[in-house]
Amino acid sequence: MPRTLTFAQAVNEALSEELRRDETVFVIGEDVAEAGTPFKVLAGLVEEFGSQRVLDSPISEAGITGLGVGAAMTGMRPVVDIMFGDFLTLVMDQLANQAAKAHYMSGGRLKVPLTLRTTMGATRRSAAQHSQSLQAWVAHVPGLKVALPATPADAKGLMKTAIRDDNPVVVIEDKMDYTVKGEVPDGDDFTIPFGVADVKRTGEDVTVVATSSMVRVALAAAEELEADGISAEVIDPRTLSPLDEGALVRSAEKTGRAIVVDEGHRRYGVAAELASVIADGAFYSLDAPVKRLAALDVPVPFSPPLEDVTVPTAELVAQTARELCGK
Amino acid sequence: MSITAPRTEIGAELALEMYRRMTLIRLFEEQANDLYRSAKMPGLTHLYIGEEGVAVGVCSALRRDDWITSTHRGHGHCLAKGAEVGRMFAELLGKEAGYCRGKGGSMHIADHENGNLGANAIVGGSTGIATGAALSAQRRGTDEVAICFFGEGALGQGILYEVMNMASLWRLPVVYVCENNLYNEYTHYLEATAGDILGRPRAFGIEAREVDGQDVRAVYAQAAELVERARNGGGPAFLLCHTYRYHGHHVGDVDRAYYRSKDEEELWRSSRDPLALLGTWLEEQKLAAPEDLKRLEDEARAEIETGLAFALEAPFPDPSEVTEDVFA
Repeated sequence: MPRTLTFAQAVNEALSEELRRDETVFVIGEDVAEAGTPFKVLAGLVEEFGSQRVLDSPISEAGITGLGVGAAMTGMRPVVDIMFGDFLTLVMDQLANQAAKAHYMSGGRLKVPLTLRTTMGATRRSAAQHSQSLQAWVAHVPGLKVALPATPADAKGLMKTAIRDDNPVVVIEDKMDYTVKGEVPDGDDFTIPFGVADVKRTGEDVTVVATSSMVRVALAAAEELEADGISAEVIDPRTLSPLDEGALVRSAEKTGRAIVVDEGHRRYGVAAELASVIADGAFYSLDAPVKRLAALDVPVPFSPPLEDVTVPTAELVAQTARELCGK
Repeated sequence: MSITAPRTEIGAELALEMYRRMTLIRLFEEQANDLYRSAKMPGLTHLYIGEEGVAVGVCSALRRDDWITSTHRGHGHCLAKGAEVGRMFAELLGKEAGYCRGKGGSMHIADHENGNLGANAIVGGSTGIATGAALSAQRRGTDEVAICFFGEGALGQGILYEVMNMASLWRLPVVYVCENNLYNEYTHYLEATAGDILGRPRAFGIEAREVDGQDVRAVYAQAAELVERARNGGGPAFLLCHTYRYHGHHVGDVDRAYYRSKDEEELWRSSRDPLALLGTWLEEQKLAAPEDLKRLEDEARAEIETGLAFALEAPFPDPSEVTEDVFA
């Protein structure tokens, strides 16, 4: 029986179940224990699993990621909690040079089953160092898998898959999604395979490929468009690496028009890569160029009227779709 | 330097084994240098010659299931922890039979079966990995110990202090072995290192000692104490080993007069050589005759020759393997 959970509850449930299932799993991060993170996503875990498995660390992002890599190489399945995605900048050597490359550089002798969970997303009035969506930075690195859940069910299923994966996986959650509710399937065995896109809404006239926070933006746009007689299909890749290229291409072939929406910066970003996959793969079926919608190429500003124009909105997606459809 | 090492009694068998291993490393490195100079080796490499006493002294105090992490100057650590000469050479040459199937090269040799979590080309890059292995050893309920080898250049990296802080907080079984060979690449460490090195780990409440890294018996004695201390729940330690790299930062660094003198190099070679010091001691103690040492050298030389021949004949990887091992 599916239950209705918030996004935060779904993440919490995934971690609880995996901590219960596998004693090599542990969580390490800043304020993950009694505080349950500033977003309260991990509330209650330390009470059940104790401070040896839900471990409050010093404010040492590089250090805890390095500890995670070493623990992962030697038989553990660490979940390293990096409070804000902006702090990925602090862990990049350990993530990109160590975790991502150890398996390859060792010719397959070392494995790093590490999960790094962190956040993304603007419009929380948190300014430039607590608002970035840096998925492109990690998706660019061979050897890292990258998951971007957009719903409570995806948050749970992708997190469980990440923890069970034998590779380093970066799971990026949108901070604005934590209170969003949705149906989540029952059962400890509920996982979501990586590299399988999800059709969030079927449609015929235009494909909107959206990630994470932009899925709800795309769905809201699709509602608007329906009133205008435009049928939009919303596809969520769910993982950027591996990427379900086939699902994106097939949808664009069907509709003949595609928009890609991602909250990372536009320049050299995830939206550019996804648009390129569609442009290459569905070229002969496209009636119009693939459109890219992403965050403005500016640091995220603090003042609300400034911040709000940096992120794609449902209105912008709908407007772009109307233009593509000649309406 | 004032170094008074408590000498645990080292028997003839261990002393001879340490002599054999140091000889093997010395000969391996001389051969690696020849491979570079004869253009048989792609890229370049960082030789451990002169520092053999550190790797062998420390690793002789370890069990096979203890962990080490190594550095860009890592051949000595790998061999001391049990790696095979042939597969080491094969990796240096980029061959399929190498430890990393040719994908890592000199700076990334890993040997998980022998507890080697990998050499590392980022200075200080493995300090977190070693500390994480120690956390894992503790959490898995084992008495394994992790050794983190790093050069004094890594004292400039912030992550070292992050992980030493956590190692001390959580009493992790890790020993940080700082190989001070005096030079951060081409810069004397005193130009790059403020204050007192041992004061740094001590500020975290970590047991910190120093030792003459050219005296393998002294290194072994200190390492054995600190490893057993860590194994028994005594927490992390820091061992500063004073040593010297005879060659350049890498094999291509042959013109070194602008950062150190030939006299300085000659002084270390002639009076502080770890092999000569141990050999002399073995003879003085009547634990070995000159011909015994010669036999060990001959055996090591034969091992090197066999391993090198294997590596030279081994095939390169097929280009189709380039996409293998990206993911497990």
